[in-house]
Amino acid sequence: MITATHYLVLSACLFGIGAVGVMVRKNLITLLLSIELMLNAVNLNLIAFSHQWGDMLGQVFAIFVMAVAAGEAAIGLGIITAIYRNRGTVEADQVRGMEG
Amino acid sequence: MTVHALFFYLFAALALLGAVGVVALRQPIQGAVSLLLTLLSVAALFLLRGAEFLAAAQIVIYAGGILAIFLFAIMFVAYREEEKRRRWHPQWPAAVVLGLGLAATLLAFLLRPALGVPAGLGAAQAAAGGNTEALAEVLFRTYLVPFEVISLFLIVAMVGGILMASWGVKR
Amino acid sequence: MKEYIYLVPLFPLLGFLLIGFTWSRMPRKWVSIIGCTSVGLSTVLGFGAIIDWLLTMGSHHPFVKTLYVWLPLKTAVPLDIPFAFQLDALSALMVAFVTFVGFWIHIYSMGYMAHEEGYNRFFAYLNLFMFAMLTLVLADNFLLMFVGWEGVGLCSYLLIGFYYQEKWPADSGKKAFIVNRIGDFGFLVGIFFIATHFGTLRYEEVFAKLQADPGAYLGVAGIIALCLFVGATGKSAQLPLYVWLPDAMAGPTPVSALIHAATMVTAGVYMVARCNLFFRASPTAMAVVAVVGALTALFAASMGLAQTDIKKVLAYSTISQLGYMFLAAGVGAYAVAMFHVFTHAFFKACLFLGSGSLIHACHTNDIFEMGGLKKVMKTTHWTFLFSTLAIAGIPIWAGFFSKDAILASVFAFAQHHHGWAYLLYGLAAVTAFMTAFYMFRLYFIVFHGEYRGHGHPHESPRSMTLPLQVLGIGSLLVGLVGVPAVISHLFHVPNVIEKFLHPLTPEVEGLAETTFHLSDSMEWILIFGSILIACGGIALAWWLYKADPEWKRIKAFTAAFPRLHKTVFNKYYVDEFYDATAVGGTIKLSKASAAFDQGVIDGTVNGMRHATVGTSLLSGFFDLRVVDGAVNGLAWLNKFCGDLFRRVQTGVVQNYVFVFALGVFLSLGLYLLLK
Repeated sequence: MITATHYLVLSACLFGIGAVGVMVRKNLITLLLSIELMLNAVNLNLIAFSHQWGDMLGQVFAIFVMAVAAGEAAIGLGIITAIYRNRGTVEADQVRGMEG
Repeated sequence: MTVHALFFYLFAALALLGAVGVVALRQPIQGAVSLLLTLLSVAALFLLRGAEFLAAAQIVIYAGGILAIFLFAIMFVAYREEEKRRRWHPQWPAAVVLGLGLAATLLAFLLRPALGVPAGLGAAQAAAGGNTEALAEVLFRTYLVPFEVISLFLIVAMVGGILMASWGVKR
Repeated sequence: MKEYIYLVPLFPLLGFLLIGFTWSRMPRKWVSIIGCTSVGLSTVLGFGAIIDWLLTMGSHHPFVKTLYVWLPLKTAVPLDIPFAFQLDALSALMVAFVTFVGFWIHIYSMGYMAHEEGYNRFFAYLNLFMFAMLTLVLADNFLLMFVGWEGVGLCSYLLIGFYYQEKWPADSGKKAFIVNRIGDFGFLVGIFFIATHFGTLRYEEVFAKLQADPGAYLGVAGIIALCLFVGATGKSAQLPLYVWLPDAMAGPTPVSALIHAATMVTAGVYMVARCNLFFRASPTAMAVVAVVGALTALFAASMGLAQTDIKKVLAYSTISQLGYMFLAAGVGAYAVAMFHVFTHAFFKACLFLGSGSLIHACHTNDIFEMGGLKKVMKTTHWTFLFSTLAIAGIPIWAGFFSKDAILASVFAFAQHHHGWAYLLYGLAAVTAFMTAFYMFRLYFIVFHGEYRGHGHPHESPRSMTLPLQVLGIGSLLVGLVGVPAVISHLFHVPNVIEKFLHPLTPEVEGLAETTFHLSDSMEWILIFGSILIACGGIALAWWLYKADPEWKRIKAFTAAFPRLHKTVFNKYYVDEFYDATAVGGTIKLSKASAAFDQGVIDGTVNGMRHATVGTSLLSGFFDLRVVDGAVNGLAWLNKFCGDLFRRVQTGVVQNYVFVFALGVFLSLGLYLLLK
């Protein structure tokens, strides 16, 4: 029997992999891809809980998460394109405008 | 092992495989294709949990829309990582440990007894054959205003994305 | 008419949409008409609604207009958050002066901004601000209040950075936003606490539960109160988060008058008054509020003593006056705190608008490049004098009544409850002296003597002088709504404001009381004492700056204590300290930071070395003259801490994400362990 717990475990794994991706990869595009992974993990969680509670709320929020992901991808990639054009790199450790 | 379980393990494995690919593969284009695998598997998992609409949206929005933007961006940026450069940030061992820890604590947090609920409430619903109508009911009645705000948000994001991408272009 | 209360914030929103989404296409004349009419309509409607509410329901019964259920949250405890507006004594008072003062500042802006770029943008933001501010004060639940709270923060950021092409305004905007974020975090945590412990966010329900059984919430009420107060310190510029307000003066002057003097910065006081039941449940929280308020009042007033930028003087006086308000709130005199908010809105808006008129005429902010303007700018002169008298606390002018009420409440609090509060009274009295001194220093330097600037200053246009006259007369009259008890007995004039705000602070068994009684003789002594203090400050300013046209005395004084003057002038180097530790990481670029990437070990080792060298150097400093040594040591310590903290700001996203994830991991882990 597959329960919500199975989904939660899978979701936690996906989230962890995504988080590691954000922390270790230097290519900004890969960084955004990893963030998409994390958002997917969240959606998986929402669906699992929604199913378990028999409540549509989880699915509604999953739709919102998707919309936010779309917006984030559009703006994030726009920024990356601009960074690439202005600095000639998309490596996160070479873009350090916030350096102290 | 039921068919359901079989499918679950199959798609879970594929999703994890894709996820690892995103993080491990060198070129972003490979990562994007790898992400596609994860996205489709997650869509299948949505289907298994009785969220047909979400599954369709996942394929259309994520695999069709978001990934397409990614591919465009990869094309525009035309940046190939040099083979000899270090792919990972030097903090990677610590990051992997932290990632594992984070996943474990999140899981422990979510599986607290406080969140324990009667299992399988939705099973009946899934058996009734689809819940897209039910979703529409909630989305367009209770959450109509947030839904409209989301559309506004998408327009703003679109304009912002265009502005950002064209920032610094010499005319 | 009270049914239409929701239109009060709606009109400015419409104005914002109309002006904002046509950007620079709309002719200026239309922008002025739309911008001012929207706020004018709000004012009329606001007053109409308040009068209607008072006539039909009376000030003891709040009126709630629910538009719809905004967030139906089906959590374990259902938490339905309505989009609703509430009209009660507190929000009515706020709406009344926010719309009134806001309207006149809009009128003033037409003249002040007439020759500026971005006229449309300015009015769009100003209208958006009015919408957010009115939402903040009219909200009937904490979440909607938070929406307004963030909205005013956003507008403040946009308007401080109005001249975004220049570096100082752009940086100041960011500074204000970031510092406010710290406070907002506290507010948000407070809201979470309220939601989890009360299961609702509506004021009426939360406070009804608290009143019904104060004992059950005693512990958590204190925590909630302190969290909310963190939010208030950010928005209302109290120690230690006051640093953004002086820099907020980078915005256009009407903005300083509206947002950073009359309305937005008093939102923190409003919030504390709104939540007075939480604070009254915890003597600790009240003591924190009172002490922070008194210290801020004194600290800011002392910093105002040596400023040369007219707007900076006013900014520090604003911080100082806000400190007074929190002092009053801290001793439980919430009605008095709100009374000071009310009078302060008039005289401080008038002072800022007056300074705008001066800047408009002299094209400088430096008071030493003004002078002798009494003759050429008659209207500006008398309105400025009126509001200066008001803030100094000279009888009949508004500030006297509210400030005296605060001093009296603090004294009564000390007499009845805690002896240590006499110390707060002392601090407040010293602050009153300083206030009178630096405000009249400003007045004498700017309006008396000879003109020292360039060009030929002239009086401002009618659209600017009319608001000045209205607010100047306001700062003379509005204090009469809150006359002290002895005078009210003598002349049979009621203390209107106290009666009006009475429903705000219900007497509840087990919570701190909010009204104090002094003997008549004591009250007279305090009144004459505060008059004497104010006159003393004015006399000192007169002696130093008016009776001595060459300013020989003050020059001799600063020459005798150069370090002291420099320290006060540089605002005790607090900005430098924050720059070096927290903010500097993002603003200042430094080569030294490259070290971090090589490993944390290096940094730590270096840090240890610095620390060792540092302690010996520090002790060396103390061997020098004590005052100078302390000052230098402080400045040096700041720099040292800065060097240390700066290394953390590597600028590499992955490092930030790592620390962030570590924080999430640790806090989740801690939660799981402790549970």
